[in-house]
Amino acid sequence: MRQSYKLIFERSHEGRRAYDLPELDVPAVDAIPANMKNEQKLDLPELGEVDLVRHYTNLSRRNFGVDNGFYPLGSCTMKYNPKINEEVCTLFEDMHPLLDEDMSQGALRLMYDLEGYLCEICGMDAFTLQPAAGAHGELTGLMHIRAYHEYRGDTERTTIIVPDAAHGTNPASAVMAGFKVKEIKSAPDGGVDLDALREAVGPDTAGLMLTNPSTLGLFERNIKEIAEIVHEAGGLLYYDGANLNAIMGIVRPGDMGFDVMHINLHKTFSTPHGGGGPGSGPVGVKKHLMPFLPVPVLTERDGMIELDYDRPNTLGKVKNFYGNFGVIVRAFAYIRSLGGAGLKEASENAVLNANYIMNALRGVYTIAHDRICMHECVVTPTDEMMEKGVHTTDVAKALIDRGYHPPTIYFPLIVHEAMMIEPTESESRETLDEFIDAMKAIAKEALEDPESVHACPKTTPIGRPDEVGAARKPVVRFVKQ
Amino acid sequence: MIPTDRKYTREHDWVMIEDGIAALGITDHAQEALGDIVYVELPEVDGEIAIGDDYTTVESVKAASPVASPVAGRIVEVNEALDEQPELLNEDAYGQFIAKVEVTEIDEAALLTAEEYEALLAEEE
Amino acid sequence: MLKAIGLDSMDQLFSDIPEDLKLHRELDLPAPMSEMELRDLMMGYVLQNDEGGLLFRGAGAYHHYIPSVVPQLAARSEFYTAYTPYQAEMSQGMLQSIFEWQTVICNLTGMEASNASVYDGATAAAESLLMMRDAKRKNKVLYSAALNPGVIATMKTYAHCYGIELCEIPAGSDGLTDMAALAENLEGAAGFIAAQPNYYGCIENMDAIAECVHGAKALLTAYVNPITLGLVKRPGDYGADIAIGDAQPLGLPMNFGGPYAGFMAAGGKLIRSLPGRIVGETYDAEGGRAYVLTLQAREQHIRREKASSNICSNQMLCAIMSTIYACTMGPAGMREVAEQNVAKAHYLAEELAKVPGMKLRYNAPFFNEFVVDTELPAEQINEALKELGIVGGYILEDGGMLWCATEMNSKEDIDFLIDMLKNIVEGGEEE
Repeated sequence: MRQSYKLIFERSHEGRRAYDLPELDVPAVDAIPANMKNEQKLDLPELGEVDLVRHYTNLSRRNFGVDNGFYPLGSCTMKYNPKINEEVCTLFEDMHPLLDEDMSQGALRLMYDLEGYLCEICGMDAFTLQPAAGAHGELTGLMHIRAYHEYRGDTERTTIIVPDAAHGTNPASAVMAGFKVKEIKSAPDGGVDLDALREAVGPDTAGLMLTNPSTLGLFERNIKEIAEIVHEAGGLLYYDGANLNAIMGIVRPGDMGFDVMHINLHKTFSTPHGGGGPGSGPVGVKKHLMPFLPVPVLTERDGMIELDYDRPNTLGKVKNFYGNFGVIVRAFAYIRSLGGAGLKEASENAVLNANYIMNALRGVYTIAHDRICMHECVVTPTDEMMEKGVHTTDVAKALIDRGYHPPTIYFPLIVHEAMMIEPTESESRETLDEFIDAMKAIAKEALEDPESVHACPKTTPIGRPDEVGAARKPVVRFVKQ
Repeated sequence: MIPTDRKYTREHDWVMIEDGIAALGITDHAQEALGDIVYVELPEVDGEIAIGDDYTTVESVKAASPVASPVAGRIVEVNEALDEQPELLNEDAYGQFIAKVEVTEIDEAALLTAEEYEALLAEEE
Repeated sequence: MLKAIGLDSMDQLFSDIPEDLKLHRELDLPAPMSEMELRDLMMGYVLQNDEGGLLFRGAGAYHHYIPSVVPQLAARSEFYTAYTPYQAEMSQGMLQSIFEWQTVICNLTGMEASNASVYDGATAAAESLLMMRDAKRKNKVLYSAALNPGVIATMKTYAHCYGIELCEIPAGSDGLTDMAALAENLEGAAGFIAAQPNYYGCIENMDAIAECVHGAKALLTAYVNPITLGLVKRPGDYGADIAIGDAQPLGLPMNFGGPYAGFMAAGGKLIRSLPGRIVGETYDAEGGRAYVLTLQAREQHIRREKASSNICSNQMLCAIMSTIYACTMGPAGMREVAEQNVAKAHYLAEELAKVPGMKLRYNAPFFNEFVVDTELPAEQINEALKELGIVGGYILEDGGMLWCATEMNSKEDIDFLIDMLKNIVEGGEEE
């Protein structure tokens, strides 16, 4: 099984080539000034097309995606990505982003329509599709909060409150948006501690960032009180849409009292995660934040969609052009395939699947908060397993050998040895049962033969890598010896 | 054993003052909690720091821990060896200072004796 | 399944949600549809576009030939249906690809270290502001007015939040960075961001810019078009401290503006302040070579509010596509494609200059774009071209036209454009 693999640079043979271009049909010119010329030969691989194709084909076989197997990575919503979406997105590939509006009505109309769908799904008044990822959406959303307070001359509001159960991006985004961060401890059930929140709010409160369902996979039952406390203190409520897959068609962030939110199209709306990107992180706002939307804003006039840059209070641009359009097309196709009823059914099944797994693991693993969960559940190894020295990492590595991508591990930080399992709605009962059996078998092996669990993974091309060595003496590019 | 030739902070750092120069480091408990240390962000020599300023960040694979200074003054020396071999802090936390400061002010109230620090560790257990 | 967990109805699963908050109606969205209907629907949107057949526009997104191997290999679903390679043992394909991307970017730019990519060139520029500020502990950053306006707008948004003071260095009447203005404003600045080639297509004298910036002990960030680097001097060779840009010209379709990938590379000491993911080489217990996400203590999931950036993803698939493109082209292809761009653009420029009432604005050397001033309003010219299925140069705020030619524009197409332009100009004069 263990097998190292050459880098493409190590397969290079001088003079080989995989490209061809037409003969130059205009006169060659020597236009680059001598001191700005690159006189050296670039150090790039030289190989034939078939060798290049085999290199990347075999490299892909050293990787695991949703199409390879069950991928219950909590908080990441690794649902199946329908193949039709991969085809229809190519229909727009050759469009230059700076085409005149009358040449790109189809693309603009598609974005405009998607904004409308997202408003309906989330209960918001407007959306921008510009942010390129979830964290980018968070930053953009927080910029709206900042712009709102600045516009009102409320310049003392410099603090964003973040529960300690939040994703690490929340506090990091708040700091990038120029805020201070006040972290509040969670209540024992992982929800917001109302007393801690009351104590934390004040005249410096710009807003609260909240994930609901929380990172523990539990719905925040006190959401109305939370919204009241924050709004009464003069702050705004930010909804981290990481867990939107639990509630589509059932409850809407806008109706819960949130003023601004982001969505991860690559999670909830089934665009492929691309190995870590590209994603897309549209931001939705209520009316009072609309003046600050990034430019351009899509508007409809006389049946034409226009790009409106004339927005005096806009926060500006957060990236070039209009967003990750190729991702936007896929999400659009997904929503149109499912319709309103289909989206609700997706959420129901996502929640059902998570509860099914949680229920089956009761007694074999420790359930962090044993009540009906939403689209994901958090479990930990039992005390007996840990006494044998088998920890969350070991369970994860043992799952790899059984053909599964492990759950998210060691998050949320507030649960010691957390394993966050998010099955999504895509999976059949048979798949869930097989996964449950694997989890049970690992728990059994942990008690009977912990050494064997420690030795996992055994079936992968590499064993557990030395991360300490990698970080102490970073080697981040190939250098020819 | 907790060396008795120096003082400690509640944040698991140590300070040893000789002739107006304070050597600053982290305790054995701190290095153990961090795990394998992979990088020590050394401050710039000649930089001024105030009490409570983070003068360094010590990184392991899983954590990055800023270290606050219990003294104010000018940094006169940094432990260059840590640049190449951050693991020295794991091997001998008490034998490796991170920076030396020409002291202008000390937060005496925040400092613990070896005995008090030992009691703190017992309490945290 | 409900029974298996001891429930009778789906509603019970959602009992934590207060009843009065629930939607209690179906979402008001178009009805669901089959795959076949969806295909028709999408074609309906496509038909509302009128993209034209011939494109002579760049201004930040470029039409280059993408060899078939690029989309074919990127369509391996082991790549595109995976997520961030948290589990290194089952993600070596992605991790090694990113290590190869980092090596490609380092070798193209002449730098020592690269990250795994950021959202796009504009956000790379915005992130570089923080790198320069933190490295120099100075709050002022200069930038060239001859950067892409979308990049400048993005930097301004971020800088406002960071509290960074941005200072624009104008371009002179020659279309190049005003060196006197640069020298005057460098005092107290952490660094300067310049574009090569710049927004007007001109080749800057980066040697002189680097000397000026470094003379003031500031950092130089070079925003480069990577397709030029087979022919145009690499940032590392003129001493740039940070090299950034948008990888779109390297094998990524224009896609109406995204997804693209921003690249960021730096010299040795700045590596720890690079934002985002970085992949490093290491070994497993048996001595096998392995790749892992490394230097993670810089990142948001560990450092939270003290992180160097909030970014927690990269444009992995786009980065793989650009890597495959660069490896397909190789050193010879990267040089040839750059030479063809220069040749086509110069042919187009020469021919345009022969059209009555059209004049090249600058004398500076250029790569594949250049500015033309026209006697007839640029809008009128482009409207007339549109009727013929031609997308003309991008109209600048001052009314000039920014034309672009790449290896995709044949001599025949250019000659056709010129003939049409001559007709338009004659017709325009008659009106």
